[in-house]
Amino acid sequence: MSAELIIFFVLAALAVLGALSLILQRHPIHSALSLIVVMVALAGLYLLQGSEFVAAVQIIVYGGAIMVLFIFVIMLLNAGEEEHTNFSKLANIAGIPLAVAVAGFIAAAILHSGQPLPSTAGEGTLTSTKALSMMLFRDFVYPFELTSFLILVAILGAIVLAQRER
Amino acid sequence: MTAFLTQYAFLIAAIIKIAILVFMVLTVDAYLTWLERKVIAHIQARWGPRRVGPFGLLQPLADGLKFILKEDPMPTSADRTAYFLAPFITLMLALTSLAVIPFGPDFTIFGYTTNFGIADVNISILVLFAITALSVYGVALAGWASNNKYSLLGGLRSSAQMISYELALTLSVVGVLLIAGDFSLKGIVLQQQTATLGFLSWNIIGVGHGYGFTQIVGFTCFFIAAIAETNRVPFDLPEAESELVAGFHTEYASMKFAMFFIGEYTAMISVSALATILFFGGWLSPFPSTWGFTEYLPTLLLALLGAYAIYISIGYETTFGRILIPGVGSALIVVGLVLALIPDLNHFIQGPFWFVAKVFVFLFFYIWMRGTLPRFRYDQLMAFGWKFLLPVSIANVVVTSAVMLWRMPR
Repeated sequence: MSAELIIFFVLAALAVLGALSLILQRHPIHSALSLIVVMVALAGLYLLQGSEFVAAVQIIVYGGAIMVLFIFVIMLLNAGEEEHTNFSKLANIAGIPLAVAVAGFIAAAILHSGQPLPSTAGEGTLTSTKALSMMLFRDFVYPFELTSFLILVAILGAIVLAQRER
Repeated sequence: MTAFLTQYAFLIAAIIKIAILVFMVLTVDAYLTWLERKVIAHIQARWGPRRVGPFGLLQPLADGLKFILKEDPMPTSADRTAYFLAPFITLMLALTSLAVIPFGPDFTIFGYTTNFGIADVNISILVLFAITALSVYGVALAGWASNNKYSLLGGLRSSAQMISYELALTLSVVGVLLIAGDFSLKGIVLQQQTATLGFLSWNIIGVGHGYGFTQIVGFTCFFIAAIAETNRVPFDLPEAESELVAGFHTEYASMKFAMFFIGEYTAMISVSALATILFFGGWLSPFPSTWGFTEYLPTLLLALLGAYAIYISIGYETTFGRILIPGVGSALIVVGLVLALIPDLNHFIQGPFWFVAKVFVFLFFYIWMRGTLPRFRYDQLMAFGWKFLLPVSIANVVVTSAVMLWRMPR
């Protein structure tokens, strides 16, 4: 087994365990911490794929900025442990079979596609940051600007809502 | 055996480098506390530590012993996992950040060429920012997990402060990145190297790159934001002792407290190293490389220091003064002579010598500010970060790009 494969399985296991813990933890802070583990494990997977810029940005933006805000809000609201509710009957009956079915469909689709998934990993072929920025700011500049406009709208909306409370 | 060595040379070199770096950084951390106490004492017309060992030099060891031997209580209502995790996160991230810092040019030892630092990553500056982004968790979790209102307030303040100043910190570096066109710290240093201009070609002055531009505004923003990120005076609101007891680490004692402490000092070192690399030419000598004789400067300094030690020993009448001080003085002179007589060795230490010298200037500046400035008020801190520092660093990016466009050959 190659070293890359071992690292992949370690990171994948970490991501899946983190995601499970995110759902199963009772306290919001513990859930948020599990989500950080997932984010960092995903960054490791990106690094394994040879896109080091995306990996760093994944940690800076998701692991850092966004999750810090999550934790900040949870701490500020001083949210306690979740109330333990009985799952709804529908979730009890249909939940696990549906999850298995979705996972099975995805696995079957990958296995039957007949060819290995395209991979960027290879000896010394790191995706250059320059190529990425060229693509983002030249080829896809309109979607990019549109996204930033959407975020601006969201920020404005938050400010309007906050103003109305006064 | 040789085959084994050549196959695993990278791993072996990395492990040796990590061991040396961790040992040196922890030692420097310990003596930084000594230096801080001494300098602040002298600013306040006191003596500082002088009981334990000569000039109080064994004080860090005594402190360390005390930290290890103290009882380590935990608040009964604390959140156990987060309470244990917080100091480890802080220390681990602080030490990891040093892994990507180049302390000197590449060198060859026993026929194996390696970089002067642990990892030579082509996105090293982004790795540093990622680590900075994650290091908020140590402080925030410590404050929350202690289940103490002072700790919680300290943790909240710290998270808010670090989120606010991270923006200015990242944006102030963009000017340098534009000029260098490279995310690698080694590349940024090499780009500041010219044959004849010496320190004039460092990014802080920025002459001689064709389309370079002075980054003095960027540096000012960077350093102010960096002080806020490391929670030091005048931005030490997370642990403002007159309001919050000790802030986020109120409930921590013994080695866990020491871990926060070491983490803070290591963060200071890595931020100073980053400022050195980005704006002050990293390991480059401030003199033009044609001035070969400046390579003997470390020798000269060591010899002068040794001579001074021997000179002050004349005034002592104790065994310590009569034997130890002249001994240390002659040892320094001998080391200086060895450097002067072995040109290869002398050439090898030039990079680290200048790097460490510049880093210590920043560390002294940190301590000097702690002895000089009062603490900000919380609303002043937020207003300063958002309404002044952030716009100025954005303006720096715009002006730098405009000047570069204007000077670029068309």
